[in-house]
Amino acid sequence: MATKTICGKTVQVNDEGFMTNPSEWDRDIAVEMAKEEGIEALTPVHWKVIDFCRANAPTGKAPTVRQITSGSGLSTKELFGLFPKGPAKKVARIAGLGKPEGCV
Amino acid sequence: MKKLLVLGAGSAGTMIANRMNRMLNRSEWQITIVDPDPVHYYQPGFLFMPFGIYGKKDVFEPRKKFLPSGVTFIQEAVELIEPNNNKVRLASGAMLAYDYLVIATGANIHPEETPGLAEHEWGKSIQTFYSFDGAVALTEKMRDWKGGRLVVNVVENPIKCPVAPLEFLLLADWYFTKKGMRDRVELVFATPLPGAFTKPIASKVLGDLLEKRNIIVEPDFMIERAEPDAKKIISYDEREVEYDLLVSIPLNKGADIVGKSGLGDELNFSPVDKNTFLSTRYDNIFVLGDASNAPTSKAGSVAHFAIDTWGENFMHYIQGKALKPTFDGHANCFIESGFGKGFLIDFNYNVEPLPGAYPMPVIGPFGLLKESRLNHIGKLAFRYMYWHILMRGMGLPLPPTMQMAGKRIPQAA
Repeated sequence: MATKTICGKTVQVNDEGFMTNPSEWDRDIAVEMAKEEGIEALTPVHWKVIDFCRANAPTGKAPTVRQITSGSGLSTKELFGLFPKGPAKKVARIAGLGKPEGCV
Repeated sequence: MKKLLVLGAGSAGTMIANRMNRMLNRSEWQITIVDPDPVHYYQPGFLFMPFGIYGKKDVFEPRKKFLPSGVTFIQEAVELIEPNNNKVRLASGAMLAYDYLVIATGANIHPEETPGLAEHEWGKSIQTFYSFDGAVALTEKMRDWKGGRLVVNVVENPIKCPVAPLEFLLLADWYFTKKGMRDRVELVFATPLPGAFTKPIASKVLGDLLEKRNIIVEPDFMIERAEPDAKKIISYDEREVEYDLLVSIPLNKGADIVGKSGLGDELNFSPVDKNTFLSTRYDNIFVLGDASNAPTSKAGSVAHFAIDTWGENFMHYIQGKALKPTFDGHANCFIESGFGKGFLIDFNYNVEPLPGAYPMPVIGPFGLLKESRLNHIGKLAFRYMYWHILMRGMGLPLPPTMQMAGKRIPQAA
């Protein structure tokens, strides 16, 4: 398992840069991860989504787009505006959760 | 008399009725099962119909045939579950009281939730194999199709039998090759997931499978709408995928009645403890099969393993003992890959699909995460086992929980 140093902390990541131990995550890491995803500044609405994902992912599994929209009250379109091109995957990475996965 | 009431007489409900008929003391317990539909479909068979492998008659039987005579079958729709009164109201107005309720109402497709899908091209250039009628219509379409761009699109997860879309594409490659028209067919998989394979080891082992079979993957494709006249699907991030034939796996939802009764999540799947299937809100309601929100695959094999562990657990529970967290998320699925071959995967909540042999270490006879002719034969043999063994409530000589014996973790992963 690879590691990565971000904000002075060493965290475990997989091949695609998704953190594999959600407990190593903190808010500074989220800011840096967001920059890597092309999001320069995290607004309060971004944080609302990130916090929702953190609170609802005790197992470290990434929530689906529908779980995020129904839980946060945002529309899917708004979510795509906040996290362009694949919000489920981007939020999962920024929130220190695993990649959205299927069964194989 | 104590009353066990089961809603839904599909794979899960039928297995439960048979199992409980045998396990419960029938002088103390009354078992009732309710379903509005008299027909039991072998849903895994829908995948094979468009390719002419199974016909209509191979995939259905009367529900009654698989329900034991000691179980009362009521063929009627449910109007409302009233969990605070321990009662279920039927469409006729009749009330059924219960001591324990099992919800096994499954999942179904909802093409109307995606604009453009279920409109004037539905059943024509937009098809599905996720229903009996859909599979029948697609069979005719495939037979006469002159070729072009065939796009398989999963609207949103979770879906029933998550590997079926992939199997459809692999079978389509074989089917059009056999018809001598593969060079006139483009195969595309538009999936909301980051790829066709997302688990690390399966990705490594099977990653180039689709490339080898000349199937194009359009990853992270979250459909917003279809434009049936322009024949294209458009994602939320405004990517467009054109098609001549769209094979859609529409949004899957649990039964409306579950949502209407306040027992569902945002997709009408009912929240449960994932190891016992006890409802998170009521201590006399269990949810089994596709109807629950347990984070395992929505598949018959899972329902079978789940009911194997649940049956014993339920017997303890009714004696006042605590439920044990016995179910591990075990799933076991054949993946049909065309040209008379298939794969087999075996996994649970914590262990991803690994290579190896199943059910016996080394001997198998089935190879895990490996293409073989025997896996294909296993998949076809499963229809017989489904009707004659599983739906009769008999067990398979296989452990219900996943076994590590016989599995290997590749070094590189």
